[in-house]
Amino acid sequence: MDKFTTLTGIAAPMPLVNIDTDMIIPKQFLKTIKRSGLGKNLFDEMRFTQDGKEIPEFVLNQPAYRKAEILVAGDNFGCGSSREHAPWALLDFGIRCVISTSFADIFFSNCFKNGILPVVLPQAAVDHLMDDARKGANARISVDLENQTVTAVDGTSYGFEVDAFKKHCLLNGLDDIGLTLEKAASIDTFEKTAAQSRPWV
Amino acid sequence: MTGPNESCAAKSGPKTLYDKIWDAHVAHEDADGTCLLYIDRHLVHEVTSPQAFEGLRLAGRKVHAPGKTIAVPDHNVPTTEGRDKHIDNEESRIQVEALDKNARDFGINYYPVSDIRQGIVHIVGPEQGWTLPGMTVVCGDSHTATHGAFGSLAHGIGTSEVEHVLATQTLIQKKSKNMKVEITGHLRPGVTAKDITLSVIGATGTAGGTGYVIEYCGQAIRDLSMEGRMTVCNMAIEGGARAGLIAPDEKTFAYVMGRPHAPKGAQWEAALTWWKTLYTDEGAHFDKVVTLKGEDIAPVVTWGTSPEDVLPITGTVPAAADFTGGKVDAAQRALDYMGLTPGQKLTDIKIDTVFIGSCTNGRIEDLRAAAAILKGKKIKDGMRAMVVPGSGLVRAQAEEEGLAQIFIDAGFEWRLAGCSMCLAMNPDQLSPGERCAATSNRNFEGRQGRGGRTHLMSPAMAAAAAVTGHLTDVREMM
Repeated sequence: MDKFTTLTGIAAPMPLVNIDTDMIIPKQFLKTIKRSGLGKNLFDEMRFTQDGKEIPEFVLNQPAYRKAEILVAGDNFGCGSSREHAPWALLDFGIRCVISTSFADIFFSNCFKNGILPVVLPQAAVDHLMDDARKGANARISVDLENQTVTAVDGTSYGFEVDAFKKHCLLNGLDDIGLTLEKAASIDTFEKTAAQSRPWV
Repeated sequence: MTGPNESCAAKSGPKTLYDKIWDAHVAHEDADGTCLLYIDRHLVHEVTSPQAFEGLRLAGRKVHAPGKTIAVPDHNVPTTEGRDKHIDNEESRIQVEALDKNARDFGINYYPVSDIRQGIVHIVGPEQGWTLPGMTVVCGDSHTATHGAFGSLAHGIGTSEVEHVLATQTLIQKKSKNMKVEITGHLRPGVTAKDITLSVIGATGTAGGTGYVIEYCGQAIRDLSMEGRMTVCNMAIEGGARAGLIAPDEKTFAYVMGRPHAPKGAQWEAALTWWKTLYTDEGAHFDKVVTLKGEDIAPVVTWGTSPEDVLPITGTVPAAADFTGGKVDAAQRALDYMGLTPGQKLTDIKIDTVFIGSCTNGRIEDLRAAAAILKGKKIKDGMRAMVVPGSGLVRAQAEEEGLAQIFIDAGFEWRLAGCSMCLAMNPDQLSPGERCAATSNRNFEGRQGRGGRTHLMSPAMAAAAAVTGHLTDVREMM
């Protein structure tokens, strides 16, 4: 996975609350056996008419936001199914960071596995950044993972929390299966003990 | 017997059920609390696994514990006859064939569509005795929460985590917070497990459980059958929780005993001894507590496009102005999408489609409840109604009990097992503007087909709506 260190880019405003994974990538695109190529169907039913024409009002169809790399979103972004196709589609479109007051648990975790940084900030900070995002392509937001800050256009900087292990993996683009396999001895020991204590498993 | 493995950092003092299961599965813990949680059962289906198996192949890795890995195609299999010979949709067919091949190549347990035991992964797991109390269970599907009904810690994971579990039989996890949802007293007639779980989400919101594992308790939960408990835990995810749990009791043990993969003989006795310790200790700490009175819960339906848009069937459609914050715009969008007018009585909402099935309500008890309403009745003229049993075995049992004939006589289509119109990946879909009374779990925009409108409810309520042609208070038909 690609590293995430710092990012300064166009942020698209999506103030709707409870944007779910069916909106992010509708089910008809889950039939792929690949991870790539889903960006063209990101937010498909909000972005395109049934016959495939762009819906001009949709934010990512507007000229200012076609190259957005950040989403500023309403509460509980990514709720719904566990489909990792949601972050795959965001990433393939070019989104590397989503900012909201809250995220659904599985989506949040899936982002970190794909080089996308989900940032949780208080309502007032999200409102400020949403205002910036509404200003269009000239209003760029900066995200710094190392220092755990998001900086608005006027220079206001907001600190955010991030799990230390997830941060480490994202900063370095690490594959966590490799990291876990370094602890194979612990897994082996656990299995030997469990075979005694819970042999029915 | 020896106690299960304990984490070195396991907390002392009274523990919740979640604490106990967690502590028994920590294979490694870092100083910052990041743990390797050992996974006892890994369920796999065709949609979220192909990329994970591909990842294993590319890295030259094996499945660490194939005996603890169970695969079944369910999401996009057709529910019509002949599907074991040929699946028309090419992409669906490729996914199912990929699962066939991956199951064979990696030597994991597998129930193909030709097997009567095939069905929705969350129905097959418990039915075959793979799901047992005190286990950790994961699957690349958010409704893995279902298995929490057995007092097993069960949750959905993404495809990268599917690959991680396949390769290591562990997950990298940090512990969630503890939340207690207590349903006191007794349910009134016509009120079911579905009404409990929807009412909880209505009360807490779809983000109310974010960061928590919920333990459901209280008399009304104890009174539920295992099927009902699975319905409650199934929708813990719609409440935002990582998982839902119900402490195992005699009903749980009776359900599990004798199932194909349940322990037998001395191992059964040893397992039972441990399972009986799986309850929340007196005085254990919960970070959040929600209490509902069983008597206050009515048969409910959803009116909008979020599972939190829950109202008693006796209610009226709300206005956007009834809400605050970001929900005002979301409610207006939902009203527009659903084609509803504020103030309209819910029972005046006409429907044209009924879907009974899914991992939420596709078990035998659900079919019995719907059939009890439908017996001797016909569905409304022009209504499209289907029953999709949760597994081939549920289907066979329903046929044996005469339920299938009741559905068929009423005018329902009697389908083969699968996820079907819950997420509409197979040919079972709504067309734009069609309005469905559904026993499934999500009413999101486009969930059952682009432009389709979904109202969630219990199987008995869906059956009642099929007869009258509009959302209906099932109590009037009992």
